[in-house]
Amino acid sequence: MKGLLILSGLGIIAMLAEIFKFKKLLLPIVLLGIVAAYATNFMDWNKNFGISYFNNMIAFDNLALAFSGIILVTAFFWFILANDYFEEDSNTVDHFALVLFALVGALMLTSFKNMTTLFLGIEIMSIPLYVLAASKKNDVKSNEAGFKYLIMGSLASGFLLFGIALIYGASGSFDLLEIKSYITNNVASMPAFFYVGVVMLLIAMCFKVSAAPFHFWAPDVYQGSPTLITALMSTIVKTAAFVAILKLFMVSFSNISQLWSATLAVIIALSLIISNFSAAMQSNVKRMLAYSSISHAAFMLMVVLANVRSSLSVNALVFYSLAYSIGSIVAFGVLYNVSRKGNEGIEAFNGLGKRNPLLAMCMSVAMLSLAGIPVTSGFFAKYFVFTTMIGTGYKWLLILAVTTSAIGVYYYLKIIIAMYFKSSDGEEVVVVEKSQTLVIVLTTVITLVIGILPNLIGNMFEF
Amino acid sequence: MINGISINYYLLLSTVLFIIGAIGVMARRNSIIIFMCIELMLNAVNLLLVSFSTLHNDSSGQVFVFFIMAVAAAEVAVGLAILSMIYRNVKSIDTDLLSNLKN
Repeated sequence: MKGLLILSGLGIIAMLAEIFKFKKLLLPIVLLGIVAAYATNFMDWNKNFGISYFNNMIAFDNLALAFSGIILVTAFFWFILANDYFEEDSNTVDHFALVLFALVGALMLTSFKNMTTLFLGIEIMSIPLYVLAASKKNDVKSNEAGFKYLIMGSLASGFLLFGIALIYGASGSFDLLEIKSYITNNVASMPAFFYVGVVMLLIAMCFKVSAAPFHFWAPDVYQGSPTLITALMSTIVKTAAFVAILKLFMVSFSNISQLWSATLAVIIALSLIISNFSAAMQSNVKRMLAYSSISHAAFMLMVVLANVRSSLSVNALVFYSLAYSIGSIVAFGVLYNVSRKGNEGIEAFNGLGKRNPLLAMCMSVAMLSLAGIPVTSGFFAKYFVFTTMIGTGYKWLLILAVTTSAIGVYYYLKIIIAMYFKSSDGEEVVVVEKSQTLVIVLTTVITLVIGILPNLIGNMFEF
Repeated sequence: MINGISINYYLLLSTVLFIIGAIGVMARRNSIIIFMCIELMLNAVNLLLVSFSTLHNDSSGQVFVFFIMAVAAAEVAVGLAILSMIYRNVKSIDTDLLSNLKN
């Protein structure tokens, strides 16, 4: 909660920076604030049932704190990476404020205990992102991305709200635990519209995490938005949305899993197939990463499908979110620097092994991690997800996941091949700012360290 | 039963409104109409929440409606800003013209 308040305060300070003329100091202030928010996370850690606020609408238990931690770490790296993105734009200060408010929404999504805070969290996170996606004012593609994101986001919110209203109509409460006790007490006599409500909630959340067949907006939005905003969308927003799904379906609706698990299994299967085949055909790297994020969404949904509320599955999701967020930060950081001249195709990576060996090495590690090759964190992320799935009745899904991952290796390797085995036309060196190089190298090292020593994070939760 | 009318009628009315809104978002090509359809969806939800709240004698549903109204206003404000930006670049608000993002 203190972290939430600190971030909200930072957002307001960021808006004041233009008036009181301390724009130059803003980045250090924001970074300090994020560190402070992270520190308060540590102080609240392991207080049995967490501390709840606002009539139990928000509660920071260990699960919320762990995911807030991942979000804050990602945000810290992101802000350093975005250093010069903020400088080249005239409305620097507004961008800071918008990103910070989106973070507030993300933290709310990790800690909600009530449908009201779920809805508010999603909207507080999404509305700033609509603006940020469209923030290149004169670029029609960016405008289009923002517009599509807005329409699809609002449509998903509509479904979410209708689902919430139906569930409220049946149970008479917005509280997650009260809904759960309603389900346990009335398993046999629930009205039909309650089930409709649960399925609509599932559809809305699949829209938000862009799982197929509700993924069609994601490639367009990811491609059109400024690269760093895409990085924000595919790391922080994804993580936050997944905690929300985990909480909804493993806390409230776990007793009626026979209702939604078949639907979810189909969604996961479709996401795996569509995303991997489409990604293999893309020549635009940003678009390829968008499709790859859909396949990662499918993997994370598998944890929810396994529906074992145990330390195992929560650990698996924590590990996956961290590995995926850190890997994406590296990938988008490199892409941002390579595509400065506007070329986002794979050919932009040609000969990077010679033009900037360090960057090429980091990108290779990131790609291997996203593909799930051993010694990187991505391997253990997938491994933990598979172990949660093994005890359940969805063996066919497991086989499908492994097969489609093999296609995944193909398109990730395409970039590595372009970097090392193809020569570029002009042999110009890619220059990267020092702070950005530091972030990219640091996140690469983290990827390798938690890949070699997965137990550092792998056993965080004991229920 | 609310004032002698069964809750099913409220449910039916708001479902019909919601479906009209959802179809409008997907089928219409004029951006302003799309925004209106989104408002229609949200207001269908508001209607449903208010009627359930009366049914349960519980005011939390009505409080939720205030949140939805506030958020819908924020969303439309952002939406119209993006729309005017698009109009400045493309000189049209037809969504068919927005198809620049392809592989």
